[in-house]
Amino acid sequence: MLSLLENPRLRGGIHAEEYKAETSGLPIATNLPLPKKLYIPVQQHVGKPAEPLVKVGDKVLKGQLLAYSQGTISAPVHAPSSGTIIDVLDYPAPHPSALPIRTIVIETDGLEQWTSLDIPADPFQLEAEEICLRVGAAGVVGLGGAVFPSAVKLNLGRKNQIHTLLINAGECEPYLTCDDRLMQERATDIVSGIRLMLRGMNAPKAMIGIEDNKPEAFSAMQAACEAFENIDIIQVPTRYPMGWDRQMLRYLTGWEIPADGRATDIGVVIHNVATAYAVYRAVCLGQPLISRTVTVAGSAVAKPQNVEVLIGTLMSEVLNFCAADKSRTARLVMGGPMMGDALPLSEVPVVKACSGILALSAADIEDPEVKPCIRCSSCVTACPVGLLPLEMASRIRVNQLDAAVDLGLKDCINCGSCSYVCPSNIPLVHYFKFASGELFKRQQMEHKSEQTKRLIDDRNKRMERIRLEAEAEAKRMAEARAARLAEQAKAKAQAAAETEGS
Amino acid sequence: MIRQPISGPHVAAVQSVDNIMRKVIFALLPATGCGVLIFGWPALYLCAVTIAAALLCEALCLKMKGVAAKPYLMDGSAFLTGLLVAMTLPPWAPWWIGVVGSAIAIILGKQVYGGLGQNLFNPAMLARVALLISFPIEMTTWVNVKPLLFGPGVLDSLAVTFSASVNTDGLTGATTLGAVKTGFSLNQTLPGLLYEYSGWLSFIGWERGSLGETSSLLILLGGLWLWRQGVIQWQIPASLLGTLIVFSTLFHWLDPQHYLSPWVHLNSGAVMLVAFFIATDYVTSPNTPLGQLVFGAGCGLLIFVIRSWGGYPEGTGFAILLMNAVTPLIDHYIRPRIYGRYRNGKPLDISQS
Repeated sequence: MLSLLENPRLRGGIHAEEYKAETSGLPIATNLPLPKKLYIPVQQHVGKPAEPLVKVGDKVLKGQLLAYSQGTISAPVHAPSSGTIIDVLDYPAPHPSALPIRTIVIETDGLEQWTSLDIPADPFQLEAEEICLRVGAAGVVGLGGAVFPSAVKLNLGRKNQIHTLLINAGECEPYLTCDDRLMQERATDIVSGIRLMLRGMNAPKAMIGIEDNKPEAFSAMQAACEAFENIDIIQVPTRYPMGWDRQMLRYLTGWEIPADGRATDIGVVIHNVATAYAVYRAVCLGQPLISRTVTVAGSAVAKPQNVEVLIGTLMSEVLNFCAADKSRTARLVMGGPMMGDALPLSEVPVVKACSGILALSAADIEDPEVKPCIRCSSCVTACPVGLLPLEMASRIRVNQLDAAVDLGLKDCINCGSCSYVCPSNIPLVHYFKFASGELFKRQQMEHKSEQTKRLIDDRNKRMERIRLEAEAEAKRMAEARAARLAEQAKAKAQAAAETEGS
Repeated sequence: MIRQPISGPHVAAVQSVDNIMRKVIFALLPATGCGVLIFGWPALYLCAVTIAAALLCEALCLKMKGVAAKPYLMDGSAFLTGLLVAMTLPPWAPWWIGVVGSAIAIILGKQVYGGLGQNLFNPAMLARVALLISFPIEMTTWVNVKPLLFGPGVLDSLAVTFSASVNTDGLTGATTLGAVKTGFSLNQTLPGLLYEYSGWLSFIGWERGSLGETSSLLILLGGLWLWRQGVIQWQIPASLLGTLIVFSTLFHWLDPQHYLSPWVHLNSGAVMLVAFFIATDYVTSPNTPLGQLVFGAGCGLLIFVIRSWGGYPEGTGFAILLMNAVTPLIDHYIRPRIYGRYRNGKPLDISQS
């Protein structure tokens, strides 16, 4: 009992209004018109950006490699459709800052001509390494939002001899139903993807956690898994942030990942359900990750639905397809409403991380007045990590960032539960993100000043060495000269003596 | 479209400060109404004066602070403080007791610390204790039960509250706790001291006492409603009442002649009001569930200790203030365990998980 109090399976979290019903019953639309231009950023993943290998003017086919991954943690990007490269430029990124990043622009030719695909005869006979290689080459990244290169995780899992693959199908964010629809419509393919992942990691069994607000998806997945005894499907309670991988792992198994470790440290690898589908496409069909399912919703959208969108399509085109009313859109959000990013403009491309596009009206967001903290500790109750958001915020407010770090700032997952429940409407997450940014900046400044100091020290040493060398050289020269003079004088004296003598 | 970067969540919130304050006030209304009903019009006048004084003091402080007073006055916190102060006063107390009480609560108890959310002590309890020490006569003159229609009329009651000339001799008596304390000092023992006492009348509120504290039943109902509404958590009331019950039962069982039974403890004085409405004050109680349990237990223990062995018959005010002072300490030592770490903040050992 006491251990249960100390290690509750489910801690914190909130029940937010779901807004899922309007999209979860509609099939994924696959008839989005092919855009004239596609904007493909070379960095759509955690790690190093991919390096472009195409030139302006090149003709590319659908699925052709556009930029190759460099470094151990990176992922390639591919052409979502056939056409001509018309530019490689810095284009606004789908990020709150909308700062430009390197982007390849394709003018589509409308032919949708695939490049030659390498489809294995029996994908389930492939070697584990071969599966990982193919997943990596297809540019598959975590589609839950973290966009960590999947092949890296698979390799890590194989090297660490993991015992469980956890498939996160929580989809706890309000509005979002893209994983839900994917499971309802393509359960068999997802299960194939999971089996390939298991094979790729030599892992014995998999667990799938689905929130209990998706009964259709649950039964579809159950039917698809029936033949495979090593894949368990478990319903988990609907409680945001259940889709936080560590929360789901703790709920399903009671295991906790150490704060300074990875899931592989305790023999687990966690992948998103949409990633499993991408793995299936990559290995069984040979298709790289060039499209994804995106939930388009929000009360400014007249036809909310899930849409299969080519990577690189501008969000404005997707919004138009779903009849979004631009004048009613008070805030445009990429991802879910809890952790998603508010975007300043809609002319940014859909990327691999984009699980949802929400056009929220003023009534959806409500911008209430911020009041003083009354220490109601709702945020403490809501925090799934076990932090004290109110104390952290009060430290950050007076710029005591180190005190906030001592309270656990670095363990914060920015899930937004605290901000959501705060009766005083204090933007707690905003404080934490600000503080993390400041700390990062400070760290960089320190690094920079250290570097500068090192360079100056090196220079001083070098100058000193040069000076000493010059001095030694001068001394040597002087000595040589003196010796030469002495010799000459000696020779002269000798000569004089010889003449005298003769 | 937004111009400034803003972090999520991008959804409308559920609770608001104003809402919480209104719910607490609403939950207090039945008990206040009961006070007015059994002590007559003077009780209503005292309530009105105390609340008005609280609002006035709040407005004055906000004006001196240089902020717009209206949003803060409208959030209901000053009204609530005024109401709580009034509920802890003797029902026929003169008007200036209410005014001084409100001034102490709002100015010394809240605004000098920096206003809403900054105070160390519960303002209403601070006022109660300050008044009790400063004006012991006025604060311990307990009027007999005089139901609204049988007591002084609307105009006569004005004289009770607003002029000190009314002679209340013969209309007043002692509270249960006061009578017991006095009795003990005269070497009387318990069963005899409580010859007048009726457990049920005391439970529904038909007894001498503070304006809004007599009806345990209505306060309990209000408190349970607040808990169902999610405004208060169960930890503090449960541990406070639980501790008080455990200790009073133990000592009553050991020596029934000198220690009151748990039923008398629960239904006398301010215990119920304190357990559900004062100790649960967000600002002055700990943040974590475990800390709240400790806080409640401390309050319960101190109430029992002061009532049983202290100089004052009622110890709730002192108990709350003492525990308020300990709250920062509790919050410092009792923190939730962070995911993936031990309580001391070190990351979990891989071999153990």
